[in-house]
Amino acid sequence: MRRFSAWYGGHQVLQSIDLDIPEHQVCAFIGPSGCGKSTLLRWVNRMNDSIAGARAEGSLALHGSDLLGRGVDVVALRRRVGMVFQKPNPFPKSIKDNVAFGARLHYRLTRADLDELVEKALRAAALWDEVKDRLGSPALGLSGGQQQRLCIARALAVDPEVLLMDEPCSALDPRSTASIEALIRQLRSNYTIVIVTHNMQQASRVSDTTAFFFEGKLIENGTTDLLFTSPTQKQTEDYVSGRFG
Amino acid sequence: MTSLPASTPFLSPRARPARVRLRAAVEWIIESILFLLTVLSVATTVAIFLILVRETWGFFTMRGADGQVLVPIADFLGDSIWSPLLSNPPRFGVASLVSGTLLVTAIAAAFALPLGLLTAVYLSEYAPQRVRSVLKSLLEILAGIPTVVYGFFALTFITPNLLQPLSSSFGTHSAMSAGIAVGIMILPIVSSLAEDALRAVPQSLRDGSLALGSTKAETILRVVIPAALSGIVASFLLAITRAIGETMIVALAAGGGVAQLTANPAAQVQTMTAYMVQVFLGDAPAGGVEYQSSYAVAFTLFAFTFVMTWIGALILRRYREVYE
Amino acid sequence: MTRPEASPTARTRSSHLVLVACALAAFIAVAALASLLLTIAVEGTGSLSWKFLTSFASRKAANAGILAPLAGSVWVCVICALVAIPMGIGTALYLEEYAKKSRLQGIIQLNISNLAGVPSIVYGLLALAAFVRFFGFRSGEKPLSFSIEWSELRVLAPGNPDSFWFVQAPFGSGVLAGGLTLALVVLPIMITASQEALRAVPKSLRQAAEALGSTHWQVAWRVTLPAALPTMMTGAILSISRALGEAAPLLVIGGFLMVLQTPTNLMSDFTVLPLQIYNWSGRPQEEFHRIAAAAIIVQLAVLLAFNALAIFVRQAFQKPLQS
Ligand SMILES: Nc1ncnc2c1ncn2[C@@H]1O[C@H](COP(=O)(O)OP(=O)(O)O)[C@@H](O)[C@H]1O
Ligand SMILES: [Mg+2]
Repeated sequence: MRRFSAWYGGHQVLQSIDLDIPEHQVCAFIGPSGCGKSTLLRWVNRMNDSIAGARAEGSLALHGSDLLGRGVDVVALRRRVGMVFQKPNPFPKSIKDNVAFGARLHYRLTRADLDELVEKALRAAALWDEVKDRLGSPALGLSGGQQQRLCIARALAVDPEVLLMDEPCSALDPRSTASIEALIRQLRSNYTIVIVTHNMQQASRVSDTTAFFFEGKLIENGTTDLLFTSPTQKQTEDYVSGRFG
Repeated sequence: MTSLPASTPFLSPRARPARVRLRAAVEWIIESILFLLTVLSVATTVAIFLILVRETWGFFTMRGADGQVLVPIADFLGDSIWSPLLSNPPRFGVASLVSGTLLVTAIAAAFALPLGLLTAVYLSEYAPQRVRSVLKSLLEILAGIPTVVYGFFALTFITPNLLQPLSSSFGTHSAMSAGIAVGIMILPIVSSLAEDALRAVPQSLRDGSLALGSTKAETILRVVIPAALSGIVASFLLAITRAIGETMIVALAAGGGVAQLTANPAAQVQTMTAYMVQVFLGDAPAGGVEYQSSYAVAFTLFAFTFVMTWIGALILRRYREVYE
Repeated sequence: MTRPEASPTARTRSSHLVLVACALAAFIAVAALASLLLTIAVEGTGSLSWKFLTSFASRKAANAGILAPLAGSVWVCVICALVAIPMGIGTALYLEEYAKKSRLQGIIQLNISNLAGVPSIVYGLLALAAFVRFFGFRSGEKPLSFSIEWSELRVLAPGNPDSFWFVQAPFGSGVLAGGLTLALVVLPIMITASQEALRAVPKSLRQAAEALGSTHWQVAWRVTLPAALPTMMTGAILSISRALGEAAPLLVIGGFLMVLQTPTNLMSDFTVLPLQIYNWSGRPQEEFHRIAAAAIIVQLAVLLAFNALAIFVRQAFQKPLQS
């Protein structure tokens, strides 16, 4: 992305961001609340389209193709760029129907294909063993951590290239968090993952590169090791060492 | 009651404590009065039920000059002809009246349920804020119009301007005309309650669906409507209940006192409610078999609406999805 | 193995179709309202006149007016309001502030929501038995009658029908029975609206008052009720406008369609606007349809005034609470 800025109504939230996100790696966005991380993430798959007054300038591209133009098919885009939200939001349907939801939209599948796809996606999200006996039961009956992994499975089932995760663990207990972190590390080989997190340890545990945002600006960006051990900017150092935020 | 300290730093020494015992008595009296009011309010259902049962019993045990029961329950339920005046002996097959009610209700539902749901979807998912508030107040006006006005509308607009140009088989009165008018009457019930149900679906579910690459319509059809289904079904049931019990529209527009077992929308029909109007407006002598039959009809009507309301409450309680 | 579903652009296009269908449905609803109002305006405005408002019904449409139903509507709605509003609020207060959350309360609640589904004509049957006939009290005889003469502080029996304070037992189908009938019909609405108003009062407000040592009733009367009152008033006005439009239950208890006087006391015969509209609409002659439409205009004007009052009340009373 180049010189990317975003507004909600008259209120500018992001200022001229320049950032490259490497393929098949995990990139973490960190920064204090309200600095615009979610906003940036939601622009990448155009989730902000449905918010009245949201607008953006600059350029945002995936493999060189522009994402912001009016002609972009957001439906096709979102198939390539999946998203997992802060709070698990499974549909009030069965576990299987949740996973199959996206695939049913995009493909015509035979029953056997669908079953296979559901199993693969649930395995990829490390949930298969826990739910394989009750695929037909309601998804809302799962625990919070399971629900979040279900949401990840749901996103993986449409086979995206990029997975955006907005604080996927902030509503979860430590054990569920650990299992999702393990999952993210596994998924890295096949997907490009962008994860927003408030948790410095988490960022250092799961990510390859980290971008630090402050008040709508990108302050620093680099490999996670470097950014945490020898930050070049004062603000970054203060933030990662826990002096504010 | 604890006694107050003789004085407190904030209180003038002349202040006297409130009369504590009197206060307790007042509390008791007020609670009793409120309780009595509640009992009285609730007693109306019981009273309605008892009166209907007693009078309906009276109807089925009426005996003619020859000592025979005039209208056995089997005839009431099994006979297909309702003709208390014109045939001799009079025939009391409630099926004709029930079919009239169901025909009008079915027409109204076919018109109002889809239209009301679509309107609700438009209000909740598409309409810009300003359009939404204007539309909602217009629907509120529609909801506030007395039903007799819809009856007038059926006779002076729906029949001559919509139905008669369509087919010459429509006379002044028809099930279709009444059904459409009843449909317009229940439309705002569906649209407003279904909209409430749709808006109660959390935004996060819509986001989740859109993020998987579904279009807005797919999100609505596959996520939002299923998630709001219990509320939507409850709104349908309430609307149907209202259609079944609607009186003035059908009394004006559905037919001139001819009950018949038919599914033809162009036919004249008599509903349960319209029959009751006919009895109470006419000069059927109180206590006569015709007069008494209106109670058996009322009981049937009450049973229909009671079951509908009960199912609605059950669905809401059993299947309501609660979102934070 | 898998075939792609219709292309994304085609899906987007069919998504627009759904929008069009929904907008069309909303448009049809508006069109129905517009054609209804237009029909009434076209048919009715010609017959509206001062004379129409101040004459009694007549066999000739040209001479007919709505004085009797207008007066009757006012009488029964005032009685209905005086009964239904305090009873509705009282019941709601008991259910929300006093009743333990018990099985019994659940049953009562279910009962009230069931009542709201009972067709209004069925209430007419109850009212006929209870108010008009007193469940058969003195049936076949002349009703007991008496009147109160305040000037002499005496109860006179048999009463003087010219007096305002003239009462019969059973009531017969006079305005008192009519008002009570409508009260039965709107009571569930009034109760539910008041309950919702009470529930909307924040718990913290109540707890604050309780912490100061107020008794149960003092909290209800001085804290909860005033806070809930604007919403309750809106509910009350909606209930009364419902009562203003009811015809079926009144038709069951009396069915006076041709009344040639305005009520003078609680036992007077009456008719109401919706009944008059019913009567005129049902006749085949076009002239009567025109005066029916004129009566509808008056009816809608009264309702509109009532609802304007509801909006005014809501705004006038809500400000001090919010700021
Ligand atoms: N829908 C919205 N409408 C208006 N302002 C918003 C909206 N969402 C977020 N904002 C504002 O945008 C800024 C950035 O928010 P966000 O991107 O959610 O921050 P972060 O995720 O980093 O905590 C905040 O100041 C927030 O108040
Ligand atoms: Mg955020």
